Amino acid sequence: MFSEWKFTTKDIAEKPDLFLSGHRACAGCGPATVLRLIMKATRGPTIVTNATGCMEVVSSIYPYTSWATPWVHTAFENAAANASGIEAALKIMRKKGKIKQEQVDVIAFAGDGGTYDIGIQALSGAVERGHDFLFVLYDNEAYMNTGIQRSGGTPLGASTTTSPAGTVIPGKLEHKKPIADIMVAHDMPYVATASPYYWRDLLVKVRRGIEVNGPAFLHVFAPCPRGWRSDPAKSIELSRLAVETCIFPLWEAVNGEYQLSTPSKVMALSPQKKKPAKEYLEVQGRFRHLFTPKYEKMLAEIQRITDERWNRLLKRCGMVQPAKTA
Amino acid sequence: MKTVVKQEMLALNGDEAVAYAAKQPDVDVVAAYPVTPQTIIVEKFSEYVANGEVETEFVCTESEHSAMTACLTASVTGARTFTATSAPGLALMHEMLFVTSGCRAPVVMAVANRALSAPLNIHCDHSDTMAERDSGWIQLYAENAQEAYDLIIQGFKIAESQEVLLPVMVGLDGFTLTHTLENVQVLSDEVVRKFVGSHQIPKVVTHEGKIVPFKLDPDNPMSMGPIALPNYYFEFKRQQEEAMRNALKRISQVNEEFEVISGRRYGNGLLELYQVEDADVAIVCLGSTTGTVRTVVDELREEGVKAGVLKIRAFRPLPVEGIVEALKKVKAVAVMDRSMSFGGGGGAVFHEVRHALYDLTPHPNVVNYIYGLGGRDTSPTQIRQIFEDLQRMIQAKRVGELVRYVGLRG
Repeated sequence: MFSEWKFTTKDIAEKPDLFLSGHRACAGCGPATVLRLIMKATRGPTIVTNATGCMEVVSSIYPYTSWATPWVHTAFENAAANASGIEAALKIMRKKGKIKQEQVDVIAFAGDGGTYDIGIQALSGAVERGHDFLFVLYDNEAYMNTGIQRSGGTPLGASTTTSPAGTVIPGKLEHKKPIADIMVAHDMPYVATASPYYWRDLLVKVRRGIEVNGPAFLHVFAPCPRGWRSDPAKSIELSRLAVETCIFPLWEAVNGEYQLSTPSKVMALSPQKKKPAKEYLEVQGRFRHLFTPKYEKMLAEIQRITDERWNRLLKRCGMVQPAKTA
Repeated sequence: MKTVVKQEMLALNGDEAVAYAAKQPDVDVVAAYPVTPQTIIVEKFSEYVANGEVETEFVCTESEHSAMTACLTASVTGARTFTATSAPGLALMHEMLFVTSGCRAPVVMAVANRALSAPLNIHCDHSDTMAERDSGWIQLYAENAQEAYDLIIQGFKIAESQEVLLPVMVGLDGFTLTHTLENVQVLSDEVVRKFVGSHQIPKVVTHEGKIVPFKLDPDNPMSMGPIALPNYYFEFKRQQEEAMRNALKRISQVNEEFEVISGRRYGNGLLELYQVEDADVAIVCLGSTTGTVRTVVDELREEGVKAGVLKIRAFRPLPVEGIVEALKKVKAVAVMDRSMSFGGGGGAVFHEVRHALYDLTPHPNVVNYIYGLGGRDTSPTQIRQIFEDLQRMIQAKRVGELVRYVGLRG
């Protein structure tokens, strides 16, 4: 189904960037790192479209651009509809001989707001129609571009400007929507999760998402030091911790068949390696309030939901459920 | 004025006429969502696709927002695109209408004019398109199914003109036109294709001085739809206004060129005057009502009343000079609005026509008639009453109520 794409670190380092430096992203920006890496995994001519959001704003301030590939932005809620129009145009114009390229790939980037919330209708529609494109969700878990407001992708207990930790409410009271599972339920050919710490895994998944015929969905973990109140130097470390705590497990579902990716498979096979959620939470200011006696119940709840979701994933992947959780 | 090519007479309703026009000029992508009373357009077009009568990628989207989005991005990828919608759909597209015109994407769209909720109503008025008058789209209104057919074909040519590059919406009155069977003269596919021409992608100069096509082209990467801060945004908008001015001329030219192949012309393309030249009293209107007014004008002329009707075909861009020229000798004018501008003291057409006449000394007395909301019928008798009101106004030398309502209870 997929080509055997072999690459060395040197290959990737030497491959010209399509997402160029000079953009206005913050120091330690997870999404900017994710975009640069993803554009290293393209296989040929690629048209990129962006939902409104941090990555669109930092990369396209007129008259400058960070994009060395055709790129278009139109609005916030419609990245998948953008891709639908581009793909439909390419398909028919190729058929009529109006474009010369044999193959032009289409990638749509959207943040969590543009995917979980305002963008889910366009995304669901585009996937149902079967357009051949890769949709990348760079998930920094809140509306960071507008100043850290909560989204459907914001995790339980996180303090944001619209779910602030107050004297009676401990941050966001709702769980993070299982967006990748929702996409698997569309019976689409390829869904995967990835983290920039495991960059080889990320690149392979991007290439698979591009190669697959029809729609592909890639959910990429993307820390935001500003919004998470974390050290800008620790973004990649956080990307590892999220996987090691099983808060953000890595998996792929090919034609609906779930399979754990190696970094998470290690946790499944050796449950003692699974770190407590606390280790991930305590290095982020957005969870600071949970480390007070008043809100410690919320901390326990986060661990409980993490374990519950992890165990559910293990079942889906046909892995033996560990007897004891961390 | 002679028909240079053979045409076929078909019995089509307005929606069918629009679909027929959209299948002729080699449209690459149609992205649309069904909504009453536009549904027949997308149904007919789906049939053309299913029967292999068109080489078009039909994207049946999950919403009008996505339909307009997909048309926009297909257009900037280099495709000729078409869509159709109606009131709630147009309202849902609202955000994307501005993005499409701002991106200078020459999308052509038919709008089956319909009332906006609440209360829910599927019948004709112009609230939907009037609410989008500042969206940067060219707005043309059809009087009958024949004109709807002709306008769609002309629309592609106008929109894609290099000096224009603006999207075009063609309004046709819901049910009155969309669902009423008429005799429609259709041109052959070959003639239409030749008339519209192949989709020409404009050329732009890059910062490196290279001349490249203005589209998403892997050989010449370009960023489209960027963010422009206060130091640049304003200039983008001023350029759109320039394009609108160019459109005034282009709409007229295309009207002339269309006459050569079809034998049909509509005034100067922007306005159509009927018995206005020596009129004492005139009605200004747009859309299907014009036909009713024409009939009444004929009757009144027989009775010796100097009545006339000015049909606005292009509401955006508005041919201000043409309106002034047409109405400068008229003594009393009634502007008919099939939508309301709540709290604004009259409808949109009234505001604009009255504003156009401001510099005339003396200027005609201008009053507003709001009519036909939610599909309420407007009869020849009511039109006759409007003309009688205008005559009384002249005799009494008194304007009276500026805004009046036609056929309203109470």
